[in-house]
Amino acid sequence: MAAITSDVQVEVRRPRRSVVIGVLLVAWVAAYFLLSGIHTLPLGGQETTGFHRWLTEHRDAVGAGNLVFDAIRAAVDNIVVLLQNVLSQPSYGRPVPVIGWLGVVAASAYLAWAFGNWKVALLTAAGLGFVGLQGLWQESMDTLALTIAAVLLSLLVAIPLGIWAGLSNRAFKVATLVLDLMQTLPTFVYLAPLTLFFAIGPAAATIATLIYAAPPAVRLTAHAIRNVPPESVEASRSLGSTRGQTLTKVLLPMSRSTVVVGINQTIMAALSMVTVAALIDAPGLGQTVLKALQTLDVGVAFNAGLAIVVIAIVLDRVTTAAGDRPWRTASVRRKILLGAGGVGVLVAIWFSRTYVWAAEFPTDVNLGARIAVLAADVTTWVQDVFGGLTYGVRDAVTLGVLNPLEALLTGSPWWLVGAVVVAIAAVLGRWKAAVPAVVCIGLLVGTGVWQDSMITLASTLLATIVVVAVGLTLGVWAGRNRRVDLVIRPILDAGQTMPPFVYLVPFLALFGTSRFTAIAAAVVYAVPVTVKIVADGIKAVPVATVEAATSVGSSSWQVISKVQLPVARRAITLAVNQGLIYVLAMVVVGGLVGAGALGYDVAAGFAQSELYGKGLAAGAAIVLLGVLLDRITQAAAPKPHGKGEKQ
Amino acid sequence: MTAQLEYPDVQDSDALLSIQGLWKVFGPKAQRVPRRPELAALDRSALHAKTGCTAAVRDLSFDVAPGEVFVVMGLSGSGKSTLVRCLTRLIEPTAGSLIFEGEDLVTADEKRLRALRRSKFSMVFQHFGLLPHRKVIDNVSYGLEVRGESKPDRRRRAQEVIDLVGLRGNEQLYPEQLSGGMQQRVGLARALANDPDVLLFDEPFSALDPLIRREMQNEVGRLHREVGKTMVFITHDLTEALKLGDRILLMRDGAAVQLGTGDELVGAPADDYVRDFVRDVPRADVLTLRWIARDPRPDEVLDGPELGPDVLVREATRLVLESDRPVKVVEGGQLLGVIGDEEILAVVADPADSHWSARPSDRPAT
Repeated sequence: MAAITSDVQVEVRRPRRSVVIGVLLVAWVAAYFLLSGIHTLPLGGQETTGFHRWLTEHRDAVGAGNLVFDAIRAAVDNIVVLLQNVLSQPSYGRPVPVIGWLGVVAASAYLAWAFGNWKVALLTAAGLGFVGLQGLWQESMDTLALTIAAVLLSLLVAIPLGIWAGLSNRAFKVATLVLDLMQTLPTFVYLAPLTLFFAIGPAAATIATLIYAAPPAVRLTAHAIRNVPPESVEASRSLGSTRGQTLTKVLLPMSRSTVVVGINQTIMAALSMVTVAALIDAPGLGQTVLKALQTLDVGVAFNAGLAIVVIAIVLDRVTTAAGDRPWRTASVRRKILLGAGGVGVLVAIWFSRTYVWAAEFPTDVNLGARIAVLAADVTTWVQDVFGGLTYGVRDAVTLGVLNPLEALLTGSPWWLVGAVVVAIAAVLGRWKAAVPAVVCIGLLVGTGVWQDSMITLASTLLATIVVVAVGLTLGVWAGRNRRVDLVIRPILDAGQTMPPFVYLVPFLALFGTSRFTAIAAAVVYAVPVTVKIVADGIKAVPVATVEAATSVGSSSWQVISKVQLPVARRAITLAVNQGLIYVLAMVVVGGLVGAGALGYDVAAGFAQSELYGKGLAAGAAIVLLGVLLDRITQAAAPKPHGKGEKQ
Repeated sequence: MTAQLEYPDVQDSDALLSIQGLWKVFGPKAQRVPRRPELAALDRSALHAKTGCTAAVRDLSFDVAPGEVFVVMGLSGSGKSTLVRCLTRLIEPTAGSLIFEGEDLVTADEKRLRALRRSKFSMVFQHFGLLPHRKVIDNVSYGLEVRGESKPDRRRRAQEVIDLVGLRGNEQLYPEQLSGGMQQRVGLARALANDPDVLLFDEPFSALDPLIRREMQNEVGRLHREVGKTMVFITHDLTEALKLGDRILLMRDGAAVQLGTGDELVGAPADDYVRDFVRDVPRADVLTLRWIARDPRPDEVLDGPELGPDVLVREATRLVLESDRPVKVVEGGQLLGVIGDEEILAVVADPADSHWSARPSDRPAT
């Protein structure tokens, strides 16, 4: 019953919605010509509002001397320092870490073999060897130490929470709500307030990372537990198991592979956040990339970026292989080999503590310098050869689309922009979207960085449009064609495992520092997730439905437009939503390469203590933009059909 | 209620399991539905419209005798799977009582319930409900493991039931390495392992191929003869119900429509729903002579062959047709009636949709 009525409503409402929004936009442009330049709330780069100064003043008051925060910080610091001592930093009166490179490589490969298979063990050894040859051993180990610390702490919290949310409906609802909200918060937004409480440095970086990395593990653990076939659980209960027995003997073992997927995502998220946390003075590869970006040294940035990618691939492959391991218990032969391997690892560690050659990575082959020079040469060549073309594209897009859009947003009175946004929200989602829109617009004005917000919004909208166009095209293609999917998916996976910093490097080479560079990087960052969701949505359309459409003589285009896209509409809305969030997440990184506006404000807030308050406000503005766009896209999504559909 | 059922008086019966006034209502404030007569009387859609609740089981009462195979049959959505889960409170009943060996299970606490599940009841599931991360032998011994038996004990017992259900040689395999039929044998072995008094089957064979299904039905029949457990068997397959069930409870929309033996359902359907349900059943395979015997006509010579009243029509056909005199149906030396060619042919050559209805000369005792 419910299904029928809502279908009818959608049919009637859809054309009207787009007409109303079109009229709104035309009216806005008309009003812009009349009203441009008044009530635009500008604020110069070094200017601050009273609110910003108030935040700056209270930074010390909140941060210093708070026993709880200091205790957390000290505890996390201890863990990080311990891991750094073991892996990366001179420690305990010795000029080298506790375990030298040979021991680390041996132990990592052994773990990869024990939990995964020999292929990923080889990959691990090769990958670690490679970053060593790049001359980045110590930086890599710092990154690894921070990642391990953050992942361990994350899982310590996330897995029990996930189990709880898996078992209790109420906990699941709350967790979903909180996690959804956390996902809409762009990465950098965590950083600003955290520095307030934990100062800057490895501890704050680790805490930011663990907050950022925990959600996938919670989500997937809960998901895994809830997806254990109910009959297995009933069978266990029907035989008189206690709750504990059902949990440990049925639910957890049967959730294992999905939980490992969650752990994989947590590790990847942690790695990317650890590199980004270079902004708050976290040690490691991110620091190298950041410094190189600041000096526009593309070669060095590329070398370090490559090391991050290599580590990301190793971690991803190993955890994926661990998740794919079958249920079977180890054979006797494997047990013996595992034991022998363990002894081998201990020997390697002993060597790495005894001989300098096994402790410090040899620097004879300086692959890193060669890679840096090569990358710099290629960059120069590309700029010489394609400079005209790439700069031409950049300028055309900037002048033709970005500037007018930005002018419309920044030049209109704030109340006009607010009114249009609220009206669009109301059209798409009635009061459920309109109320959050009013609140967000109000708070955005309150942050004092209205105009910067509008600049960022212009870039975000443009990037999102491109992301959606590319994502839909590739996603539909991959969803309909298995071979394309097989080719594209590893590339997307690789793309998703790369930390955001790394994206900037090639674009910096191609387009120089500009808003366009940031947009291009954001597009590349957001496309993989969009393509994946669309492709999965298209693939989930029942085969029988597609066959039925084909059997009545639909053309490919008709099948796509009349069957696959409408059926996959929820997935597509989700893809648009996620694409937006990912674009927004790149805003701060984009600020480093000339996007300015909110991203720059946040970065400047980290760097200059008198701008701290403004940076915090800009961070809040990014969140508000995120919530605003998220609510509006969610509201545009079709509602899930009611129970009536079941009948 | 679409049919008036005569339930035996529970207090006097020697039933192993006695279900009385059982309700399961899903939805907000479900308890009020059984309590308030005006709500309890509503049909499915009216109830849902008025309260948002769905009654999956409504006011069921029946007894299961020791050693009996009690079949609950109904189409999907009739509440039969919910019913079987209520019996061990995998789903909490909304109202009613479940008397097992004089104890009301509805009032049992968590600990007592666990103890009962560990030793008195076992269940076999439609999709097997096996644990994919455990080998066959560890699946079978799971119930013994959770009740804390030592490893050698549970190995020995598991091996026994594995042999019993014909799984020998597969102990070290994982469920995914077995065919559907073999997986269900694991489910069966697991249920038998803790030597329960009552075995509950929730459509155990409906996920299997027809051939395997028949094989497994025979297997259950064999096990029933060998171990003599009481069984409550849920199915939507009438042939299966008739084949296995001592008695059959037909459910519709959560309520009982008819309770009786297979030949009663076929021979004396309580209403049009049941009649429709059993329409395609070959009557000669189900009805006994008792159902078609008639009083002898005055001119008939009563020196024909004698047969018992519980002989199936199918089995008697040849003898009746070959005899030139009516066959006498005799029970305990008493003549119940006679059967001639026309009675036999009316059943054997019966066009399936004719509105033929038998009136037994003497209703079989239930």
